[in-house]
Amino acid sequence: MVALVIAEHDNASLKASTLHTVTAAAQAGGEVHVLVAGSNAGAAAAAAAAVAGVSKVIHADAAYFADGLAENIAEQALAIAASYSHILAPATAYGKNILPRVAAKLDVAQISEITKVDAPDTFERPIYAGNAIATVQSGDKIKVITVRSTGFDAAAATGGSAAVETVAAVADIGKSAFVGREVAKSDRPELTAAKIIVSGGRGMGSGEAFKILEPLADKLGAAMGASRAAVDAGYVPNDWQVGQTGKIVAPNLYIAVGISGAIQHLAGMKDSKTIVAINKDPEAPIFSVADYGIVGDLFEVVPQLVAELG
Amino acid sequence: MKVLVPVKRVVDYNVKVRVKSDGTGVDIANVKMSMNPFDEIAVEEATRLKEAGKVTEVVAVSAGVTQCQETLRTAMAIGADRGILVETATELEPLAVAKLLKALADKEQPQLIILGKQAIDDDSNQTGQMLAALLGWPQATFASKVVLEDGKATVTREVDGGLETLALTLPAIVTTDLRLNEPRYVTLPNIMKAKKKPLDVTKPEDLGVDVTPRLKTVKVAEPAKRSAGIIVPDATTLVAKLRTEAKVI
Repeated sequence: MVALVIAEHDNASLKASTLHTVTAAAQAGGEVHVLVAGSNAGAAAAAAAAVAGVSKVIHADAAYFADGLAENIAEQALAIAASYSHILAPATAYGKNILPRVAAKLDVAQISEITKVDAPDTFERPIYAGNAIATVQSGDKIKVITVRSTGFDAAAATGGSAAVETVAAVADIGKSAFVGREVAKSDRPELTAAKIIVSGGRGMGSGEAFKILEPLADKLGAAMGASRAAVDAGYVPNDWQVGQTGKIVAPNLYIAVGISGAIQHLAGMKDSKTIVAINKDPEAPIFSVADYGIVGDLFEVVPQLVAELG
Repeated sequence: MKVLVPVKRVVDYNVKVRVKSDGTGVDIANVKMSMNPFDEIAVEEATRLKEAGKVTEVVAVSAGVTQCQETLRTAMAIGADRGILVETATELEPLAVAKLLKALADKEQPQLIILGKQAIDDDSNQTGQMLAALLGWPQATFASKVVLEDGKATVTREVDGGLETLALTLPAIVTTDLRLNEPRYVTLPNIMKAKKKPLDVTKPEDLGVDVTPRLKTVKVAEPAKRSAGIIVPDATTLVAKLRTEAKVI
């Protein structure tokens, strides 16, 4: 059995999500190969070759792989799919976009967002916003799987010495074109990779009020997140969203400020190691998952917290 | 130009489901069912495109039990012109739904299919992408803005860390993210009007599609519970606990 991981990368380096996916691949398939499809992506391929547990890197390079268009990346994966028992990708915007195309063309089911490998054909995945965990068994010849990063440790980025095999790129499908990208600039850590996250909810009351969280995030070196309610209200951008339909996070410390704790939000953060909730409503459901809670006005408590942290 | 909008009947997003004691699934008997919220956004978007004169017909499609007709009526009350139900009692996986939709797309020849990015019951996030692959169409998933012009769809997508814009040659697939639009409230006159709109019922066999599930659900269990913590009186105590007890700062 050999598992293929479709690497998420920016041509220069691998995204952390790829390392978590390699761990899941090793548990499911044993031997792990990594596909790096990119443009001038030699550095990303070299990074993949250095990951512990990877035995081979397949590098396909073409200008039309530069922006990760799903049509082209899926086609490249399909070109080599037949020799694998498992094909995995991270359950990120990147992987979710590509992998179902691969599964459909192979005429197999996809198993989304696995959090555990029970056996090479049996996996656990959350359903209903994490209110239930389904154990599913696949009878398909090739198992196509997206991997939730919080369920698996990251493979070590160094220590491996896999061979890099360069393969011919498949032809450009040419039905979609990349127009542009607006990347939110931030000096803070990425939400899904952060050790500490400070999140705000509807209780913040306005986008302006999120500024009160910035000194706290600065002091802690934290990423900033938000509940869907805060995103829906237009306080902050959607890529801050933590929850069922946003990002799934599991930092060492998650500080929920003015977040009531709807099940859709809890789905995205309840695997955090330590959870702190600050809310003026003592009945807020967020307190049922919090290790430490403060019942009070966030506009008083947050500055006090910043002062305490010195 | 015709737009197809698939809609799924799911447990209402406000309902907290319970796992059945025998571990075979979740208990959805006597639970409120609604249209998947992302599909509602899809119907709204298609309706707005029609209102803007870019689209001539909006066809809502659903697959599943007889009661999915209610979901189709809701789609027609928002603005879909007619409905098609592929009726089956078999529990449908995304691959099966994508195959049914492909068969319908071959028949109906839409230029655009707008789907919700994921259903809030199985949280799969697969059907739109699978359908795009089966049809050989381009896709723009997680859309926050859709512009139709000159035979192209220019779509802004919500991706990790920001936004990305793609130009797709039609016919194409779009899947909706939250901020694409805010679905309208359905009014009573529109609900009444929807009852008179045409609704066709067909079966997977009529479309020549095998919908047999590929995955076996071994069991469904409750997630591990977090034990409730403590309420601390002030910021001083909290910082002390985080430093000495939790050791996370």
